[in-house]
Amino acid sequence: MTAAQQVTVGATAALSVRGLHKEYVPGQPVFRGIDLDIAGAGLTAIIGSSGAGKSTLIRCINRLVAPTSGQILFEGVDLAKARGKPLREARRRIGMVFQEYNLVERLTVMENLLTGRLGYLSAFTAWRRKFPAADIERAYGLLETVGLTDFANTRADALSGGQRQRVGIARALMQQPHLILADEPTSSLDPKTAVEIMQLLAEQGQAAGIPVLVNMHDVLLARRFAQRVIGMARGGIVFDGSAEALTDDMLKTIYGGEQWLH
Amino acid sequence: MAALSSGPAPFSLSRGAKISFALLAVYFLWAAAQLEFTAERFIVGLDNGARFLDRMFPPAIHDWDSLTRGLTESLQIAVLASILGILLALPIGLASARNLMPTWASWPARTIIALCRSFHPVIVAILFVKAVGFGALAGILALTVASVGFVGKLFAEAIEEISAKQVEAVRATGASFASIVIFGVLPQVFSRFVGFATYQLDSNLRNSTMVGIVGAGGIGGTLFSAFQRFDYDFVCAILIAIIAIIMIGELLANQVRAIFIDNLSFGELLRRRFSGFRGLTTERAAND
Amino acid sequence: MTEAATTLQPRTWHRFTAGQRLARFAIHLAIVAAIVASLRSVEVIPEFIADAPQQMRDLLQRMWPPDWQYYPKGVHEALMETLHIASLGTLLAIIMAVPLGIMAARNVTQNSFANLFARLMLVSSRSVNSLVWALLFVGIFGPGPLAGTLAIAFRSVGFVGKLLGEALEETPRGMIEALEATGARHGAVLQYGYWPQVMPAFWSIALFRWDISVRESAVLGLVGAGGIGMALDSAMNLFQWQRVAIILLAIFAVVIITEFVVTAVRKRIL
Repeated sequence: MTAAQQVTVGATAALSVRGLHKEYVPGQPVFRGIDLDIAGAGLTAIIGSSGAGKSTLIRCINRLVAPTSGQILFEGVDLAKARGKPLREARRRIGMVFQEYNLVERLTVMENLLTGRLGYLSAFTAWRRKFPAADIERAYGLLETVGLTDFANTRADALSGGQRQRVGIARALMQQPHLILADEPTSSLDPKTAVEIMQLLAEQGQAAGIPVLVNMHDVLLARRFAQRVIGMARGGIVFDGSAEALTDDMLKTIYGGEQWLH
Repeated sequence: MAALSSGPAPFSLSRGAKISFALLAVYFLWAAAQLEFTAERFIVGLDNGARFLDRMFPPAIHDWDSLTRGLTESLQIAVLASILGILLALPIGLASARNLMPTWASWPARTIIALCRSFHPVIVAILFVKAVGFGALAGILALTVASVGFVGKLFAEAIEEISAKQVEAVRATGASFASIVIFGVLPQVFSRFVGFATYQLDSNLRNSTMVGIVGAGGIGGTLFSAFQRFDYDFVCAILIAIIAIIMIGELLANQVRAIFIDNLSFGELLRRRFSGFRGLTTERAAND
Repeated sequence: MTEAATTLQPRTWHRFTAGQRLARFAIHLAIVAAIVASLRSVEVIPEFIADAPQQMRDLLQRMWPPDWQYYPKGVHEALMETLHIASLGTLLAIIMAVPLGIMAARNVTQNSFANLFARLMLVSSRSVNSLVWALLFVGIFGPGPLAGTLAIAFRSVGFVGKLLGEALEETPRGMIEALEATGARHGAVLQYGYWPQVMPAFWSIALFRWDISVRESAVLGLVGAGGIGMALDSAMNLFQWQRVAIILLAIFAVVIITEFVVTAVRKRIL
């Protein structure tokens, strides 16, 4: 059994962001007035220069960072205000892939995958490592999907960057998420591996029928794999459209400057 | 060709270092004078010492019963104090980790640990003897306090050094706080924790031989009374027994570390044991 | 996709292999056995446990307020003596530990007998508590700070020597080989090859040990080896709890000051 699910995200948006505003230092907002709707299977890329707030935005969505004000509606729950159990239950439906993989280095690949199920288990069960058979099956299945079957019992810190990111993606998929967030998943990888990882993300998102929201700074990759591109600059969204509509002029607006374009 | 410049000689000390050493030397001489260390006293002492050592050898066991009872009691004190101390140190150490816990939890926990560490186990033992009477209980309580202080502090420091990224990822899966600790925090600190725990067990074994001197149970009492009766050959025998037990304790601690840190299996352990005994004690935990 | 076929065995996963599980189980069993054995035979009178909190409160009440007046005449000198014992003892320990540490390091001294001998010396030094060492030296040299200083010295040798030996064993081979290749004498290799490498560790160990020695010196007086411990002993025997309190406070203060000094020096030289 692979991770394919027939989850249909209906006509209503899976994720709705309204008027999101974040500032660390009063008077110097990272971004403000962000309105965003994510629905349906497909990969959405957020691009923008460093410091434009992409990473903060992504982290606000699953509340790893607390927004200053605004609303983040996900499946009926306002994540900006949720706490405790409702927040955790929402988080387990959101899978996240990190730039530096963020695997627990001392645990094996298999154990890292199984941490994806922690949102569904009691701490006691987790401590005793008595994971349900279905979870174990799913884990093995995902290992096949990402091509790491032989590494099930290898320690995470023994893997290469690309392999670790595959484990990261598999871990996110273990949660049977309704949304996948990826914060610069390819920035620490070489170009070839980066393409493979983006491919994996796009395919798995499609197979599961869920939206994938990716932060990235590689515009070529964005154009290649994203159906929709959102450009951020100066604390706001300046572009929101298909990858085809992303012209060079638009890129200039987003990133500023011309030298890097050619 | 340009002449070689004459900079400072390569291996000489900086001026600051030279001054510090000079000051230290002065201090040591002054301190020795304060304590009235004269060569004379020392030589008289040596003569005395020779006679003393003479009476110590050959070691003789005058009273098997009190020897075995004393040693057993010391072992009991060490085991119970270590278990209790380690069990307490886990939550207290966790609570005092400032990167995990809010201030209202970490501050009291840190204070508890600081208090536990401040006083020498013997002093704590004396206080407990006054409070709960002579015997092993005072010793157990005293060494528990010492264990909480030592293991708790090191545990907290280890937790404060973990990578936040690994914890963040586990948080993002919707795991509860307990699960985050078990899967995100503990794997990063577990091997160091086993190191501290075994070190403390070892340390408690040593200290348990001494708290008896102040009445808190164990072989220390036997030793002290033998000393006061001038049975120096018995004293020697007791000392040898103590050293032997501590060495065995160190060996066992190495095995425990091997099993929990290196994750050795039973077969590998046996193979390791028989493939040579390098040095009497190699107490180094394998780096992870 | 297909459900797991009922005829297929579901795949299982275990955190540890059977061999590892056996070993871990053995340890857990041993720990539980030790606890049970200890609990059963340790002689603890239940009434004393119940009484304990009351007794402790009683004791603390009797210690308050601390006898501040006693400090200048009864405490200060003894406290200074304690510091001197700790410092001189540590110095002596370092002097003895350097040759032993060098002997114990298997990469520096290739003679296994010397290694074994040095290790045996170091282990014995550590196994005997400083208090017990103090007892011995009081027997040899009579009561007073000489016994205390030697006790600290002989106890600390094991600590410093062991850590020094380990630091030496961890020096990277390459640098030493380069020196030896130039035909340098053994002494020169030690001075210019090993010493710069272990120097930071050496000072760190020395400072650490001095810190511990200060704590230990405070109690040596209980067996007559000089220092503040003797004042503590007499105050307790005479049930002068308020003097006990001021002595404990003084010891506490010295320990804290020592920690500050050690941290400050560490920052400067490391």
